Amino acid sequence: MKSDNMSNLIKNGAIWGFIVLELIFFQIAGEFWSLSERAFMDLDNMLLLLKQSAPIGIIAVGMTVIMINGNIDLSVGATYALCAIVMLDSMSWPFMESLGDWAIPLAWLFALLTGAVLGLINGIIVWKTGVDAFIVTLGSMLGYRGLVFMYNGENPTYHLNWTMVDIAEWDLFGVETPALVFLAVALIVWFVMTRTVHGRNAYAVGNNREAAVNAAIRVGPHMLINFVLIGFLAALSAVTFYSGSGSVNPNDGMLFELWAITAVVLGGTKLIGGAGSIVGTFGGVIAIQLLRKGLGHIGADTATVNLVIGLILIAVLFLDRQLNVKGKEELKV
Amino acid sequence: MTEKTPVLRLEGIVKTFPGVRALDGVSLTLLPGEVHALMGENGAGKSTLMKVLGGIYQPDEGQIIVDEQPVVMSGPLEAKAKGIVFIHQELSLATELSVAENIYLGELPRKRFGLVDWAQLEANTNKILKKLNVGFNAKTRVGSLSIANQQMVEIARALTVDAKAVIFDEPTASLTDAEKVVLFEVIADLQSQGVGIAYISHRMEEIFKITDRISVLRDGQYQGTVNTADTDEEGVTQMMIGRKLDLSRNESHHELGEVAIEVRGLSCGNLYHDVSFEVRRGEVVGFYGLVGAGRTEIAETLFGLRNPSAGTILMNGEEVTIQSPADAIARGISLVPEDRKGQGLVLGMNCRDNMTLPQVGDLTAGPFVSDGAEVAIFDQYRDKLDIRTPGWRQTVGNLSGGNQQKIVIGKWLSMHPNVLIVDEPTRGIDVGSKSEIHNLIRELAAQGYAVIVVSSEMPEVLHVSDRIVAMYMGRIIRTFTSEEVTEDNLIQAISGIEGGKVA
Amino acid sequence: MAEKNLDAVGRFLARQGILVAFVLFMVGFSLWNPRFIDIDNVFGVIRSSAILGVMALGVTFVVIGGNLDLSVGSLMSFSAIVVLDLHENPAFGPFLAIPVMFAMTMAIGALIGFLVGYLRLNSLIVTLGMLSAIHGLTLTWSGGQNMDIANQDATWFGVFGRGTALGIPIPVLIFGLLAAVLAILLAKTPFGRKVYAVGGNGTAATFSGIPRARVVFFTYLISSFCVATAGLIQASRTMGAQNTVGQGMELEVLAAVILGGASLLGGSGTVFKTVIGVLILGFIQNGLLLAGLQFYVQFVVTWVIIILAVWLDIATKRGKLWSAIA
Repeated sequence: MKSDNMSNLIKNGAIWGFIVLELIFFQIAGEFWSLSERAFMDLDNMLLLLKQSAPIGIIAVGMTVIMINGNIDLSVGATYALCAIVMLDSMSWPFMESLGDWAIPLAWLFALLTGAVLGLINGIIVWKTGVDAFIVTLGSMLGYRGLVFMYNGENPTYHLNWTMVDIAEWDLFGVETPALVFLAVALIVWFVMTRTVHGRNAYAVGNNREAAVNAAIRVGPHMLINFVLIGFLAALSAVTFYSGSGSVNPNDGMLFELWAITAVVLGGTKLIGGAGSIVGTFGGVIAIQLLRKGLGHIGADTATVNLVIGLILIAVLFLDRQLNVKGKEELKV
Repeated sequence: MTEKTPVLRLEGIVKTFPGVRALDGVSLTLLPGEVHALMGENGAGKSTLMKVLGGIYQPDEGQIIVDEQPVVMSGPLEAKAKGIVFIHQELSLATELSVAENIYLGELPRKRFGLVDWAQLEANTNKILKKLNVGFNAKTRVGSLSIANQQMVEIARALTVDAKAVIFDEPTASLTDAEKVVLFEVIADLQSQGVGIAYISHRMEEIFKITDRISVLRDGQYQGTVNTADTDEEGVTQMMIGRKLDLSRNESHHELGEVAIEVRGLSCGNLYHDVSFEVRRGEVVGFYGLVGAGRTEIAETLFGLRNPSAGTILMNGEEVTIQSPADAIARGISLVPEDRKGQGLVLGMNCRDNMTLPQVGDLTAGPFVSDGAEVAIFDQYRDKLDIRTPGWRQTVGNLSGGNQQKIVIGKWLSMHPNVLIVDEPTRGIDVGSKSEIHNLIRELAAQGYAVIVVSSEMPEVLHVSDRIVAMYMGRIIRTFTSEEVTEDNLIQAISGIEGGKVA
Repeated sequence: MAEKNLDAVGRFLARQGILVAFVLFMVGFSLWNPRFIDIDNVFGVIRSSAILGVMALGVTFVVIGGNLDLSVGSLMSFSAIVVLDLHENPAFGPFLAIPVMFAMTMAIGALIGFLVGYLRLNSLIVTLGMLSAIHGLTLTWSGGQNMDIANQDATWFGVFGRGTALGIPIPVLIFGLLAAVLAILLAKTPFGRKVYAVGGNGTAATFSGIPRARVVFFTYLISSFCVATAGLIQASRTMGAQNTVGQGMELEVLAAVILGGASLLGGSGTVFKTVIGVLILGFIQNGLLLAGLQFYVQFVVTWVIIILAVWLDIATKRGKLWSAIA
């Protein structure tokens, strides 16, 4: 039991230890290699980092819940793009234009509803057909992307509204809206996962589905709710990002699912479900963004960032495996 | 007792699956305050009956009556709401959650907005845990508990509701003696509160210790109910298998050849220690002991699946190291594993491919697998072992347990091993196939194979072995010849009591 | 008796459902527009499916072995960039560029095989990490630039993507030949049998003396060989490539394999079925184009078809249309 606690401590603390290492490394390395005068651990830089990590971060929070459930969602990138298009396009519908700035909350609502509905579709298929979530969302990743293209062909969709931009760039003590939304989402979902019946059931379903069924937890509707949640969060991510940028390409959001999964796994959530935490995912998101920015800070290019993140993901998996080795007499299968 | 209203009554329950009549008119009456044993061989229909009761299966015919009211069970929640609680055999726990969350899984106490009422949850849980007298608390993570303690968590679930009937499915399978005492106290406590208890177990000594009545199922049919006080082990066994329990010992010995495999001072971590024995050609050596005594682990070590931490293995007088199953096969060792479906077969593959799997690399014509050679091997062993299948193309998953087991045995016989190890060769197999397999094992020894049989069934070891190795807690307590073995000294040996001459 | 026959027909449909759907689809579309089965059109479709198809052949081995490979798209970009760059390097030229590229691509495949097979790491995460890492490698190699062959008339390199032999486009020939060889490898050799066993029940395979790690290792090696071949065709056809030429293909490839009926749990699927899966995707796209619809409509159609195909498959296995999830 003692060693169990010990290895849990290592596992839960690992991501934060890694973040501290990154900060120290980039701070020191930055002194030698950085072209900019500013220190890496500069407050503005850190706030910017939080803002930049918001789009993936918000989705990663939802992905954590899905993965704790033992499922996966590969369609979040396409959902993100489709919701962005709905939001920006709806602003130029005649009746919306006549509403003036009141069209903004309505456009957001449309986008969020779209996300929830797309999640609902995934959830219903997973529940009712019993097809594995990996396959279902692999399909809808293609399907939703097709809808994105069907909406406006291969052209970008844009609509710039300065009020919307102002809202997106509003800040509270220097923390801008996207960062605030990310923090709020992480906090709320953390609360749900640790304090509510639904959250605790999510762990039970992922950990031992049979036990959950035996305890009369309705697994189908439970998973459905989580798919709606991740669809909603993908939409929220699109809303926070595109309110500021005002223009979306049909290829936007590609590979978001892979980034989100990477962050979640780095944060310690198990692929087989049942274990994981929002706090860990938050750490995972920050660690990835730190790595991107840090490597940029010392003059490394995107290539190195990709290489390093990929290798770190594999290294984390390897270390996790080493921590779980039971001993030499183990059965060799 | 008879004047009491039964808490639970089953009448003429019939449940069929494609091709099988799993339950055929089963009736059962559970009275308040009694412990009622439900017995039967593997596959007799006990677990199907339990699933019908729990609402996991709907019966085709018949009625479930709770408190003299006919009910339809639509699911576990409904069963629980009616006061019928299951203690599952396979641990039905979420290991990442706390003890309290597991005990109240599916019905966590709520505050407003769907929040968990942690204070109440912990208070309720600790009250129950106190009753069970266990050494952990509500907040302990279940994954960090021992299997026995996990079992206690499972049992604690029964105490969360005002239960009318509690059904225990093999609750003592993984408990130590001290833990069993606690469990029996809990059962007695429930009993005194007027709860009806259905108790499924294979362990006769427990049945006779704690139950009031015994009901027996055989091949899905209800065989009757007897008062425990009015019967004995033999009577119950007879009801279960339809004839007397055959505790006859093997008497004929074959001519022994030289030593095929010898083990000296073999140890593997905490699994077993300082194990020494030898097996000659033409000899069957039975390994008998309780679950967890280390028998399967020795078999797995000989087959290259575990690395021994000390000791040596000798084959034909030469010291050998066996690093992998491929090594073991190359040295002529075959293992028919304990878990047929998990370890023995690829269920989605056809019969022939399963049988030839270990030697498929050698059955070639040029670079390709030789169809003819494969079918020839399959045909040979299908006839030899009387495997009943429509053809070799049949998917193994569709065969009956006995035929599946014969495929596994055929697979390893076709390797023409020097040493054949069979682990629980007749688990979950019908009576007829059982004796066929026993005869086969004797026959193989007669042909000069060295055979090791690992088994938890006493009749089986007695029946097939020339010598019997009794194990307890990872050690060999004694080795018997079939002449000196008796039921009593064998049971003593596997309970750790050393008597007579020590091997 | 009639009922029994009907039952048999139902079972056949359930088992070969994807093939039947394919035939019905082809017949229907041909009736509507005879150009659809015009030999040029058919070759055109297969040629444009060849790159995806060749990759799908390799992934079929990985999936039957019970694993996933999400790195094939990224690896294909890598091999295309490498072969083009080496081609332009006077020290190599086309003769050396191709074998060196194959060696490098397969070295990466071997690394993945080592991580998944010998170290027993989860294949989804490993190949996800490799997707990113290989993309990084590719960008480093190319310096972020697109690769082009400067003097396209002076090289025979275009033959793999643009050439024809006996009136058949070379990519189609490569796809067909590779499919035939790999189909035999999977169905007729001991190695193929072992792949099924390892994917069907890895523990039972180990208990039968099959070296599970080595078998998994080789499935990834085969996959990387196919990816290298696909990269060669891609580079040759366009005589140039972007760093991201294979991006997103990993999931399309997987879609084709699943559509062919391989289970993600491993142990089932065939090369032939994968080829059908690839062709279905190709012909749907073509049919929709002929119908005057944009290419992206295909995505939506593919989505519906994948879900229906897998659903039908598991519904026949469990004997019920709807899942038992409460």
